[in-house]
Amino acid sequence: MDLTLTVNGRELRAEVEPHELLLDFLRDRMGLTGAKRSCDVQVCGTCTVLVDGGPVSACSYLAADAEGREVLTIEGFAQTPEFERFEEAFLRHAALQCGYCTPGFLLTLKSLRDAGELGSEDELRHGLDGNLCRCTGYRAILEAARELAA
Amino acid sequence: MTVIERPRLAEVGVSVPRKDGREKLSGRAQYVGDMEVAGMLHGKVLRSPVAHARIKSIDTSAAFEMDGVVSVLTGADLTDIEPYYGHAIKDRPIIAIERVRFAGEPVAAVAAVDEATAEAALRAIEVEYEELPVLGTIDDALAQDALELHTRRPKVGLFHGLGELGEKRGNVCYQHTIAAGDLEQVRTEAQITVEGNYTFPAVYQYAMETHGAIAHYHGDSITLWANCQHPFLVRAEIADLFGLEVGSVRIIVPFLGGGFGSKSYTKMEPLTVALARKAGRPVRITNRVDESMVTTRRHGMRCFMRTLARADGTLLGREVHFWLDTGAYADNGPRVTATAADSAAGPYRFEAAEIQGYCVYCNTPPSGSYRAFGATHLQWIGESQVEEVARRAGVDPLELRRRCLCVPGETVRPDGTGKPLDADLVGDVEQAAAAVGWEEPRRPWVGRGVSVGLLAAGAHPVSRASVRLSADGSVDVYVGTTELGQGPRTVMAQIAAEQLGTSSERVSVHGADTRFTPYDRSTGASRSTTIAGMAVKRAADAVAARLRETAGEVWDVEPGLVDLVGGRAVFAGEELTFPDVIAKRFGFRGGEIIEGGEVRPTGGDTGSYAEGPYFWEVCVAGAEVEVDPDTGVVEVLRTSTIADVGRAINPQLVERQDEGATLQGIGNALFEEMLLVDGVVTNDNLLEYRIPRISDLPGGMKSIIVENEDGPGPYGAKGCGEGAFAAVPAAIVCALADAGVPMNELPLTPERVWRRILELTKERADD
Repeated sequence: MDLTLTVNGRELRAEVEPHELLLDFLRDRMGLTGAKRSCDVQVCGTCTVLVDGGPVSACSYLAADAEGREVLTIEGFAQTPEFERFEEAFLRHAALQCGYCTPGFLLTLKSLRDAGELGSEDELRHGLDGNLCRCTGYRAILEAARELAA
Repeated sequence: MTVIERPRLAEVGVSVPRKDGREKLSGRAQYVGDMEVAGMLHGKVLRSPVAHARIKSIDTSAAFEMDGVVSVLTGADLTDIEPYYGHAIKDRPIIAIERVRFAGEPVAAVAAVDEATAEAALRAIEVEYEELPVLGTIDDALAQDALELHTRRPKVGLFHGLGELGEKRGNVCYQHTIAAGDLEQVRTEAQITVEGNYTFPAVYQYAMETHGAIAHYHGDSITLWANCQHPFLVRAEIADLFGLEVGSVRIIVPFLGGGFGSKSYTKMEPLTVALARKAGRPVRITNRVDESMVTTRRHGMRCFMRTLARADGTLLGREVHFWLDTGAYADNGPRVTATAADSAAGPYRFEAAEIQGYCVYCNTPPSGSYRAFGATHLQWIGESQVEEVARRAGVDPLELRRRCLCVPGETVRPDGTGKPLDADLVGDVEQAAAAVGWEEPRRPWVGRGVSVGLLAAGAHPVSRASVRLSADGSVDVYVGTTELGQGPRTVMAQIAAEQLGTSSERVSVHGADTRFTPYDRSTGASRSTTIAGMAVKRAADAVAARLRETAGEVWDVEPGLVDLVGGRAVFAGEELTFPDVIAKRFGFRGGEIIEGGEVRPTGGDTGSYAEGPYFWEVCVAGAEVEVDPDTGVVEVLRTSTIADVGRAINPQLVERQDEGATLQGIGNALFEEMLLVDGVVTNDNLLEYRIPRISDLPGGMKSIIVENEDGPGPYGAKGCGEGAFAAVPAAIVCALADAGVPMNELPLTPERVWRRILELTKERADD
C-alpha cells in the first residue's frame, strides 16, 4: 500500500506492506537505526519515536498508521538546536551507559517537555515509567530530566 | 580511616564526560543489529518446544523449497567437525544432535533473504520428538534413578581454569569444596546455632540489547561482528570448533547494549558461523528477548547453611551446602560454583568451615555469568544468619561485624589459600550503616540492615594494550576491553592522557577488532580498569619515555628531566608540542610513536584460581525497608553502597556503576524470577518478567566512594560495579529481618512476605 508521511521534517512516499511495523520501516528502509528493538511488546521504550509529537513504541505501531503524520526519530531530533540542552544535561549527569535505551528517553522527555508535563517529580516519574534502562539505575536520568524541567 | 597524601593528577579522579556520550545520545552509535554486510542473509532459529527429547526426524525439505530461503542447517550438517564447545566443559553441540536437553535449544536454523522469510521457513520444518523424562529441577536431576543428561566423557574446555575435571558423577557437572578447621569441635563449643534451607531464583540479566552476531565464513578464515564481552576467548573457541588458527578468525566488537555477564564467553557465535558456512554468504542472527532468555540466565539455587557462634555472638563456624541449576550445559557454571563457594563463608574469622558446592545439570536453559555471580547467591543467606546470631546474642548487628570481620592482611578463604584481605571492611560497613540512618529511631515495620561480603575478582590477569601517538598529537588507545556501558573508553582515555601529559579529549579508545587490538582475556570480573587499565598505563608510559627521549636529545638533557604537560614536552622554559617532538624524531611531520604495555602473572604466580583472586571486590551495602503487614509489599526506602575502589579514576562513572547495580539488586531481591514449568520458561517476555522501572528507584540511594589506594590497578585502583549487586539484596533481607520478617526465599514477592508474616504471627501466638 502507498504511504505518505513526514520523517524528520522530510515528506516522503513509500510502498509498504499492511503489516509492516514502523520500527522496521525506519530501521531497514530508512537506515534510521537510532530507534532500537528490544522487548517487541511495547513495554521497554527503546524503540520510542514521536508521531505528531507524541511518543509511540515503533515496535508495535504499523507504518501504515503513520499516513499523513510527522515522525521524529533521534536522528532528526539531534539536528535541532533544542537537542543541545538535552545532550548537555545527559552528559553532565552521565545519564547514559550502554546507550541502547538513551534515544528513547530523550524523545520521551522532549514530548513531555513540549506538552508541559515535566513540572513535578510525580509527572517526571510517571512520564518516564515506560522507558526502561538496565544500566544507570535511573537516578542520573531523573536528575538530567529535572534540569530540563527547570 | 586511612589518610592518604595524593600527588595531584590532571585527568585521574576527574569526572570527565563520557567519550562515547555524543555518539550514543544522537543515535549514531552502532550496535550489531544496526550493521549490514554486503550480501548478508538473515538467520532464524527453530528451537525445541520440549525440555528433553530424542529427535526422531527432522524434515527441512519444504522449508528449503521456499522462495528466498538459501539454506537450512541441522545437526546433520556438522559431521565434518568436532561440533562440541564450552569454555569450561565441551559439552554443548552447536545445534542439537539427536537429542534436545532444554526447551529453547536450537534444532534447526534457516538463512533467508529477510527475517520474515526465514521465520516463515521455520514453520515449514517438521521435527518429530520422542519425549524423555524432564529433569526440571535440581531434585529431579539428583534423584537416584535420574537419567544422565550427558553420557559423553567430559572434555575440558579451553578456559576451564579450575584444574583437572574430577570424575563426573550422575548429573553433577562440577563440585567445589573448601574445608578447614575442626567443625565437630566447633559444634560442641557453639551456644548459638542458626540454620536453614534457602532458595534463590533463576533470573535473566536483561541487557536491553539481545544477543546477535554477523558471521562471514570465507573458507580459510572467518569474520564475526558480535556483541560479545570476551572477543579473544570467543575467537579461540570459534577457531577450535572450525579447525582454524586463531589468527584466521577475526572478531569485531561494536557497541554493546549492556552485558552484565550475559554476553560473556561464547553464545550465539558458533551457530551463526555454522549457518554462514552452509549458506556461503554472511548471515546475521539477532535473538528476540525470549530467545536470549534461553541463551543464558543466572543460576537458580538451593542451599542449606548453618552458622555456629558463642553466646556473645562471636562467630565460630559455618557449614554450607549449595546446589546450582546450571541447566542443560555447563557454560560458566563451574566458575560460578567456585566463586559462590568463595563467598559462602563471608569475610569473617571462622575457626572452622565446610563448604560444598555442586553445579547440577538439569533440563533447563543454560545458566552462566551475571554480575556478581556466586556472591549474590550466597551473601544474603550468610548475612541473614549473622543478623540472626546478633539478634539471639543481643548484640547490635553492626557491632558484631566490627568484632568478627577480617581486617586487612588476614586470610579470607577459610583454608588459608589465596589473596589475603586487601580492604578495610569495618570502615566500609560503618559508612554504609550511617548512610541509612543506623542510629535513628525506627517506626514499626521499618527495618535497617547492612551486609558485608567479598567477591573473587579479576579473573586471569592477562591484558595487553597499545598506545599510538600520531603526528598531530592525537592519541589512539587499542585495548580489548569491551564497552558495554561501564565506560572503559572514557577511563582508558583518562589513564593514557594522565601518563602522557595531555588531555583525554585528545585520546580515542577503540572497540576490539582482534586482527589489530592486542590481546585481553575478557571483560568481566570487574577487571577492566584494574588489569586492562594497567596495561594501558604501561603502554602510555612507554610512549611518554620515547617523547622524553627525543626531547632530551633536542635539548641535550637527561630524558628524566623532561616534563610532559598540556600536550607539550617541557624543560627549563623550553617547550616542544608533541607534533614538534615527532617532527624532530623523524625529521619531518610524519611518523608516530606506538608502544605496548602488558599485565601478566608474575613471580611464580600462574594466575590460577587457587592463587587468586587478583583482588577481592568489596560487597558492602545498607538498606532501610518498610513492609506493609496487610499486603506483604516491601518498599525500599533508602540504600547505601560502598564503592571501595582504591582510587576512582572517574568518580561519576563509579557512582553510576553502583546505582545501576543497586537497581538490579532490588529487582533480584524483590520481584525478578524466571518461572519454569517442566523446564519451560513461562514468563519469557517483558510483560510477565518485570525489571526495575524508574518508579522503583528508592527515595534515598547513596553511593559512597572509598579511596584507600589499596588496589593492584593503576593509581591503586581496583574494580567495582559488581559488589553492590551482591550486597544490596543481602542488606534488604537483613533489613526485612530487622523489621520482624526473616525470609529464606527470594524474590520477596508480596505473597511470600505476607504468608511469612502470617506464619510468624501464628508462631508467636503459639509461644
